[in-house]
Amino acid sequence: MTKQDRLKHAAPFADLRDLVACPVCDTLARLSSVPLGGQGRCKRCHHVLAMPRSNAMTRIVMLAVTGAILMVGAVSFPFLTIETHGLRQQASVLDTILAYSDGLMVPLSLAMAALIVVLPLMRLVAILYTVAPMALGHHPIRGATQAFRLAETLKPWAMAEVFIVGVAVALVKVGGLATLTIGPAFWAFAALVLITVVNDNLMSSLIIWKTLEARGSI
Amino acid sequence: MENAGSARQYLTARDVGLVNCTTCGRVNPAGVPLCVRCGATLASRDTKSLQKVWAWWVAGVIAFVPANVYPMLKTATLGSESESTLLGGILELIHHGSFGIAAIVFFASIVIPASKFLAIAYLALGIGKQSRITTHRRHQIYEVVEFVGRWSMIDVFVVAILTALVQLGSAASIHPGIAAVSFALSVAFTMLSAQSFDARLIWDADKDHAI
Repeated sequence: MTKQDRLKHAAPFADLRDLVACPVCDTLARLSSVPLGGQGRCKRCHHVLAMPRSNAMTRIVMLAVTGAILMVGAVSFPFLTIETHGLRQQASVLDTILAYSDGLMVPLSLAMAALIVVLPLMRLVAILYTVAPMALGHHPIRGATQAFRLAETLKPWAMAEVFIVGVAVALVKVGGLATLTIGPAFWAFAALVLITVVNDNLMSSLIIWKTLEARGSI
Repeated sequence: MENAGSARQYLTARDVGLVNCTTCGRVNPAGVPLCVRCGATLASRDTKSLQKVWAWWVAGVIAFVPANVYPMLKTATLGSESESTLLGGILELIHHGSFGIAAIVFFASIVIPASKFLAIAYLALGIGKQSRITTHRRHQIYEVVEFVGRWSMIDVFVVAILTALVQLGSAASIHPGIAAVSFALSVAFTMLSAQSFDARLIWDADKDHAI
């Protein structure tokens, strides 16, 4: 369906714009009734529909930029070092990704790279692409809807925070056997996880979708 | 006035002949193939949802078997080699006295995957039926399953970190076992199974919903 077709379909139903249906239980609700700083939940299933926050878009942009920079740091700095009986081994995030790189397990290495680094980064970039122009007061750029749909699809697959818990478990397993040094990349990664969590709590996707449509992106 | 005992009435998009978009929440007129707001494919109810759920579910269960049977880790220390399975690794942690970590790994890699299979099967079988468990309770199960799925990946990451870190020549070295691959696949398949579930189907059976 072309853009024109979609516009034509949308035209007689412009008044439906303020109405949303809960993605979980299909119950109708109005987004505009949710006050700034409040939380709009579905009356029936209590799914959180909207959490409007002041300056949300500017804050999302700043957090996403910070996250992307931290990811670069997390990948390039030393991550962990162990030392025992004069033997020393340093591992970067890249080394952990390459752990599965021999023989049959190569696809798992690719999956690890995607889950830990590529998808979280792609998601941050997609969020920036969608929100940054609007935060600066412009219309959304071409492809903003596709970018934001990508960001939404990637959400469960960006597993940086799962990885950090995995690191904690691994450290305890190794801790008794050798001396451990935690490198700057670890802290960068931990900060990245924190920022992603804060960002996800700030970002109310139904509101962003509505804003995208209101600012003329179809 | 709020009357506690009586059934409340809720109006769904389908009741008024509209189609909601599960991606962006936009309400679309019937017959529009793609959402006018976000461009996602529309369906008032995803009728193939259960087929997809079961297909991924079966794939997940199948992959979960070798994940438990084959070794997850191969450890070589001073000439001797040992292999440990998922459960073996947990027993080792308990043996070393790290009960907290053993509990985390046990929950993340055995309890959660197993109960996820049961929960998804229960929800899928319950579609369209009245059950003693309320819709709200079933919805809560669904939300927990959706939230918790990705955390099962912890063990795959632990193995990767250990492999990258413990490469101390002849003193000690760790290599991943093939179970890591099947475990990762099992987690991914189960996530896809849960994502394929059209949660609106759970609510269609709700008694509160009278119009």
